[in-house]
Amino acid sequence: MNKMSHPLSPFTFPLFLLLSLLLASCRTGDEPVIPSQVEQVGTGIYISSTDTTSVRGFYLLNAGNMGSNKCTLDYYDALTGNYHRNIYGEANPDVVNELGDMGNDLQVYDGKLWAVINQSNLVEVMDAATTRHITQLSIPNCRHITFHDRYAYVSSFAGPVEIDPTSQLGYVARIDIDRLAIIDTCIVGYQPEELVVHGGHLYVANSGGYRFPNYDRTLSVIDLSTFTVTDTIDVAINLHSLQVDPQGYIWVSSLGDYNTIAPKTYVVDPTTRRVCDSLDIVNSGMAMAGDSLYIYGAEWSYAANDWVITYHLVDTRTREVIADRFIIDDTEQQIVMPYAVAVNPTTRELYITDAGDFIAPGKVYCFTPEGQLQWKATTGNAPSRIAFTSTPHTFLK
Amino acid sequence: MSKNRRHPRLVCVVLLALATLCSHAETMTDTLTNFIDEVTVVARRVRRDVIPVQQLEGDALRQLSAYSVADAIRYFAGVQIKDYGGIGGLKTVNVRSLGTNHTGVFYDGVQLGNAQNGQIDLGRFSLDNMEALQLYNGQKSTIHQTAKDYSSASSVYMQTRKPIFINGERRHINIGMKVGSFDTYNPSLLWEQRLTERISAQVSAEYMTTSGEYKFRYAKKNGYDTTEVRRNGDVEALRIESALFGAMERGEWRAKLYFYDSERGYPGAAVREEPGKFRHQDRQWDSSVFGQASWRKGLADRYSLLLNGKVAYDYLRYLSDPRLDVTTMYTDNSYRQTEAYLSASHLYSPAEWLSLSLANDVQYNYLDANLTNFVYPTRWTALTSLAASLTLGDFSAQTSLLHTYVDDRTRAVGGAAGTKSVLTPTVAMSWKTGPLALRSFYKRIFRMPTFNDLYYTFIGNKALKPEYTTQYDLGFTYDIPCGKDLLQGVQLQVDGYFNEVEDKIVAMPTSNQFRWTMMNFGLCHIWGADVAVKALWRVADTDISTSATYTYNRAMDHTDRRSEWYGGQLPYIPRHAGSAIVAATRGAWSVNYSFIYTGERYEASANILENYSKPWYTSDLSLSRELKVKQYLLRVSAEVNNLFNQQYEVVQCYPMPGTNFKLKLNMML
Repeated sequence: MNKMSHPLSPFTFPLFLLLSLLLASCRTGDEPVIPSQVEQVGTGIYISSTDTTSVRGFYLLNAGNMGSNKCTLDYYDALTGNYHRNIYGEANPDVVNELGDMGNDLQVYDGKLWAVINQSNLVEVMDAATTRHITQLSIPNCRHITFHDRYAYVSSFAGPVEIDPTSQLGYVARIDIDRLAIIDTCIVGYQPEELVVHGGHLYVANSGGYRFPNYDRTLSVIDLSTFTVTDTIDVAINLHSLQVDPQGYIWVSSLGDYNTIAPKTYVVDPTTRRVCDSLDIVNSGMAMAGDSLYIYGAEWSYAANDWVITYHLVDTRTREVIADRFIIDDTEQQIVMPYAVAVNPTTRELYITDAGDFIAPGKVYCFTPEGQLQWKATTGNAPSRIAFTSTPHTFLK
Repeated sequence: MSKNRRHPRLVCVVLLALATLCSHAETMTDTLTNFIDEVTVVARRVRRDVIPVQQLEGDALRQLSAYSVADAIRYFAGVQIKDYGGIGGLKTVNVRSLGTNHTGVFYDGVQLGNAQNGQIDLGRFSLDNMEALQLYNGQKSTIHQTAKDYSSASSVYMQTRKPIFINGERRHINIGMKVGSFDTYNPSLLWEQRLTERISAQVSAEYMTTSGEYKFRYAKKNGYDTTEVRRNGDVEALRIESALFGAMERGEWRAKLYFYDSERGYPGAAVREEPGKFRHQDRQWDSSVFGQASWRKGLADRYSLLLNGKVAYDYLRYLSDPRLDVTTMYTDNSYRQTEAYLSASHLYSPAEWLSLSLANDVQYNYLDANLTNFVYPTRWTALTSLAASLTLGDFSAQTSLLHTYVDDRTRAVGGAAGTKSVLTPTVAMSWKTGPLALRSFYKRIFRMPTFNDLYYTFIGNKALKPEYTTQYDLGFTYDIPCGKDLLQGVQLQVDGYFNEVEDKIVAMPTSNQFRWTMMNFGLCHIWGADVAVKALWRVADTDISTSATYTYNRAMDHTDRRSEWYGGQLPYIPRHAGSAIVAATRGAWSVNYSFIYTGERYEASANILENYSKPWYTSDLSLSRELKVKQYLLRVSAEVNNLFNQQYEVVQCYPMPGTNFKLKLNMML
């Protein structure tokens, strides 16, 4: 028992070791916000400082991978030809956890940059010149955004749940862009995706993606004067993307059921509120420029055990495919997984993003209107949206 | 043939006596555990492992500040634990960067199966009734084993306590209570009873509840600094095991019934969100029941037979309800797995220097799920192994050939992946000279695509091929035996290896991020080195055991030669990692300090700043004391984990707990 009186005395050796490890355990402090990176990719163009309409560049939103909080924002400066990667954190070191998780949509409107961050359940509002955070609007499971007059409209999956939890309708939030506040909501179909405004009405594509195999197959039509659904148009299952052509017709993509029902592209006549045409084109995303509609398709084929990538250029006047490719050089073979398409409204240059394997950083390719590669740049993970801007960009650094 | 086999009780008495006399003996030679764990048929001298093995057992395991088997396994070299944080977070083991699904996990000699996703959550196995943990690279280096023992690239063996009665004891009772941070309460009971001269029984039960709530901090230099609380990480679990152990002439048998039931919440990824606005409410319920039995007997002088059998049923329900969390998609999925397994292994030793073994295993798996368009797969697996072990003086060798036949059937016509028939070899050898033993092995094996890989609605891809691994290992052990000085002994293990993983099965999004599919898309090459050193000291009546490991892994993604990221370090594999344990015992007191270091990692093969994960290292400390109160033995211990409150993540967006405490009380009657 004598030995017991000084129980710690024999522990000098481990205590010494402990002490030395204690000293070693002072980990160097917190990491700084990840700095942006600049890469010169284009040659740069001249735009007069008084010109307020020409495109001066674009923002690109990288969705990131779900649950990794890796949504990032890039900026291409057309004046210098510089591609700036991951600029949000640097501009907003005080915003907790940066841009967030799963960026789903991006738009520039009235001097502001709006990013819909799906898994963060919020819409991030930034200054379009500096990308400085202005505010955030809480919208659960928000999906896409569009604008009209002094309002923004955001689709959300997270409508009220009635008795049956599998029948959760979606809604559209109406945001006053001057007050930066949600002022109204309107219940639409199941899991609404993209939305467009045409002739005083808002058209919303309902996917019903949570309800497999009972997909939704309608467009909800909201009268903007009353902000109520006045009509629903039956199109096809699993609707996703929307574009309005110069003739006033609405182009709608149906993603099919990933199994037996093939994806298709539909045309809806807003005057009759009926489908007036359809094309057997796989439509994963589309971009409108004048009468040209650029459509790309990326579909997994279990038969081929590989992806089937397609490109279609459609004349919206005749609704005929005028080309089954819009890249004329061998860049087409380099693109693994096209993930967004956009056309510069000023120059008609064409941009295609490549998500690759989604886990590695993606790429953005710039083509001449004829389809010749001009430059390419490395983006963040899953480059999902491009938004052109004519606001001169100011770097705050 | 050993005399020991014929008098197992005597052996145990002698060995226990030895163990008390020289408390470190068990850590120095692996012989002891082998006698305790299994009645060995082939004579063993001091074990020279042909294949690298590491183990933690007995007091060393008990004194470690660890919540579960997963925490303890971190102290082995060559191991990467994926840990989603907290007590309830999934914890899986990846050995030598081969991938989680390549590690076989065995519970008392029979493999734990998960035909659904192939992952065994080691966080669910408490150390409460665990006697030893072993990690074998390649395969276990005995040849009298089931064909399943040959079927993984590496294996973790969990050995639960086996009753040993000495001096006419008839009963052991151990009542335990653990109380700790995160509102953790964990009572346990162990009851061992000697029924007859040759048969004893054991019941081990444990209940655990925790809120799983802990603070974590995210901060950037010259930027934000926030402290939030992990929520919805609560767990409630109950485990009841009962077993019968029997000894017989030249053999033994055991039978076990295992029941586990739990409910837990998922705290989800810690990403940008408005704090407290939308709470994660996802919940999961798990129930597992299995019965397994093992019988081993020397039937003739040179022949013995080992029989193993198991029946298992697993139920899992996952619920995500938008009525509780409006942001979520309604999911209420239930999965029911049924497994049946039988194995017969024959050992024939025609000469002292030669042993031959043949094992046949048959396994049945069925998965039922309430998924739309589910195919209800059934899998029959037949494994046949043929192995030989050769000992010629200082040289020993082992070779085995495994044939695997897999036949999948689905209720939906044409939905099955079809049959597979694969032959895979292993060769291992060692050569000993003095305290030095050189060893080397080659092993080629594969993992079958799981039911989820093949048949999960949308995601599954029945065209998947098996994922192959090839391992080349060259190493040595250096063993200085017990002395009488300050330094009592040193044991060093060094292994260098090269691994290849082909046709790696990965999930790839299809046309959008909500639709994934499984693909054989990946080629990895891994260069690595594992170093483990143990030293035993004796200073002023104090026994001190020190051990340290170091792991180097250069794990390269060689999937796409054209990729900018070709050759990037594989996700979550640190180039450098290490651990250290210092345990000291003096009289009734013991103290244990343990340290883990994980070097910088990347969360993707693109080794860029956006994917960077900084190094972390934690220190755990425990102090315990044994007391005699009347005829009872009382053990009290206090633990502090993550002593320096380091804020770290093992998996991106899944923060780990800071400093936490635990108090353990055990009363042995």
